[in-house]
Amino acid sequence: MDNLEPRFRRVARFVSPVDRGFAAIVYAGSILFALLIIGLFVELVLGSWPSIAAFKFSFIWKSEWDPVSNKFGALPMIYGTVVSSFIAIALASFVGIMAAVYLSDFAPRWLANPLSFLIELLAAVPSVVYGLWGLFVLAPFVRTGLGPVLQHVLGWTPLFAGPIYGVGLLTGGIILSLMIVPTVTAISRDILVAIPRDLREASMAVGTTKWEMAMRVVLPAARVGIFGACVLALGRALGETIAVTMVIGNRPQISASLFAPSYTLASVIANEFTEATTSLYISALIELGLILFFVSMIVNGVARLMIWSVRGSDRTA
Amino acid sequence: MIRSLSRWFSTLGVVAAMTLPAVAATQLTGAGSTFDYPFFSKAFYIYSQQNPDVTVNYQSIGSGGGIQQFTAKTIDFGATDVPMNASELARAGQPVLQLPVTLGGAAIAYNLPGVTKPLRLTRQAVVDIYLGKITKWNDPAIAKSNPGVSLPDMPIVVVHRSDGSGTTYIFTDFLSHVSPEWKSKVGTGKSVSWPAPSAVGAKGNEGVAGQVRSTPGAIGYVELAYVIENHIPAATLQNRAGRWVPVSPETVAAAAAGRPDVNASNFSIVDEPGANAWPISGYSWVVVYKKPSDANRAKLLYNVLTWLVGPQGQSNAKSVDYVPLPGNVQATALSTLKQMQH
Repeated sequence: MDNLEPRFRRVARFVSPVDRGFAAIVYAGSILFALLIIGLFVELVLGSWPSIAAFKFSFIWKSEWDPVSNKFGALPMIYGTVVSSFIAIALASFVGIMAAVYLSDFAPRWLANPLSFLIELLAAVPSVVYGLWGLFVLAPFVRTGLGPVLQHVLGWTPLFAGPIYGVGLLTGGIILSLMIVPTVTAISRDILVAIPRDLREASMAVGTTKWEMAMRVVLPAARVGIFGACVLALGRALGETIAVTMVIGNRPQISASLFAPSYTLASVIANEFTEATTSLYISALIELGLILFFVSMIVNGVARLMIWSVRGSDRTA
Repeated sequence: MIRSLSRWFSTLGVVAAMTLPAVAATQLTGAGSTFDYPFFSKAFYIYSQQNPDVTVNYQSIGSGGGIQQFTAKTIDFGATDVPMNASELARAGQPVLQLPVTLGGAAIAYNLPGVTKPLRLTRQAVVDIYLGKITKWNDPAIAKSNPGVSLPDMPIVVVHRSDGSGTTYIFTDFLSHVSPEWKSKVGTGKSVSWPAPSAVGAKGNEGVAGQVRSTPGAIGYVELAYVIENHIPAATLQNRAGRWVPVSPETVAAAAAGRPDVNASNFSIVDEPGANAWPISGYSWVVVYKKPSDANRAKLLYNVLTWLVGPQGQSNAKSVDYVPLPGNVQATALSTLKQMQH
């Protein structure tokens, strides 16, 4: 009710039984989600308890993952998950937002609708298809085309040094970026379209070009919403499993090079859960799930803080 | 409205007519190893064609899941690539019978542009490649076994399964048998910590094969059936007898036939001494309770399994490129199964 003017608030209070019933349904709906999250968290903690008891905090900063001798550490997977997702969001946000600007302000209508339909269709492609495409098309391309070029230009930085296997952190990040681009574009476009016409007309009236209008007026007005779209996309990237598993190289190591094979939290679980037999091993895998839960929470939390700070600066401006 | 309702009911009738005979048949359920799945689905389909009163529903959820479900007694039988060990048997709470049900082998696939003759590798060379000690294809240890072949000066990319798998178990069991260093440094398991610096993990047989195929200089172990079906070049190995053997259903069967007394506590058949034995071979197992609680289902299960490990059931293995149990191992499996209360 906070978004109503004070004089309406009294009227909007729940008065009739129908209103009360509706309120109950709405509350129940939101409480259900809270309970689901709490239940998930409790289950994860219970399931990973043997591993938490055995390794304490060393689970988070140890790099060894050896099921044969029951030594488990999650650091390489945390690193792989976070870095591959950030590569993905860096690529996807730039391309995705530019596509959204084109669709909302530049594309003729006969082109804009089919084009946004096509982009949204990308979201419907099953992730295993992305994975297979990544393995058979993208990975060889990275090994023979993109990789050598990057290494030639930027090989002096540790980021692009070392042997190029085709599969690795960079390939995983590129696959992820393709998968989350539809989310960024579709939501950003909707937000851009919803920016009032007056703003655009006012901008044109003071003599800006269309380009200046889009970049200096429309995009800044929509930045909070677009940032939210990126956060949503990042959440998907963090948890994506099969496609990444197929192209990231599945090697629990931390390497400065983006060409090196890496591993993500979700991939380890997908790879090893079905054949894990000892209880400590299973519990360590569940603890990876718990860590993924925390990583997502922290990333979302930081994103929230950033949104708030953007809003805050809007208000003071 | 009425017309759509009547259509509804007639659809229901058809559905009921289709499901009624299935209700009359008893459904046995099993779960476990994904490796067994192609063989089981073929064999159990043939079995229920011949015996309409029984259908077998097999879920390939992985060996670990199979053992869990079996221990929880939610299924009639489990299937696992590695027999249940002492602590798993203790958790089952009552006597368990484990019988070998099918054979598998791992082939060594490779990608060497320009090399047309089948690559030859000694057992020690395979170990050293996977330990990361041999890093180039023109290493003397490889060149010595391949006279007349010009091996490229190319780095070796070691590919392994990233998902836990029975094939990895057999392969690391082989490496542990050949090399004490591998045994102490890495060990045997369905997932291990791979020491080679160039190691890359790929998911499933298709992942490893795909990775090898698209990476010049790559080497990887792939399940035999997959290699046969997809015509992937595979290396010839020097076995313990010193003979060069290609990987094939025959050489895998030869490894098994040398050890007719195989049982669940002494199940490894890697690196067998037979002249024709493929050194990277192993069994997959079915687990059942010695005294199942439901006598009627026990009888049916006993019949299915007797058929499955016997000559008739095993004859279905070849058509899906699996290796049938040799006659003497069938006899071992049948005598184990006889102990089941039925």
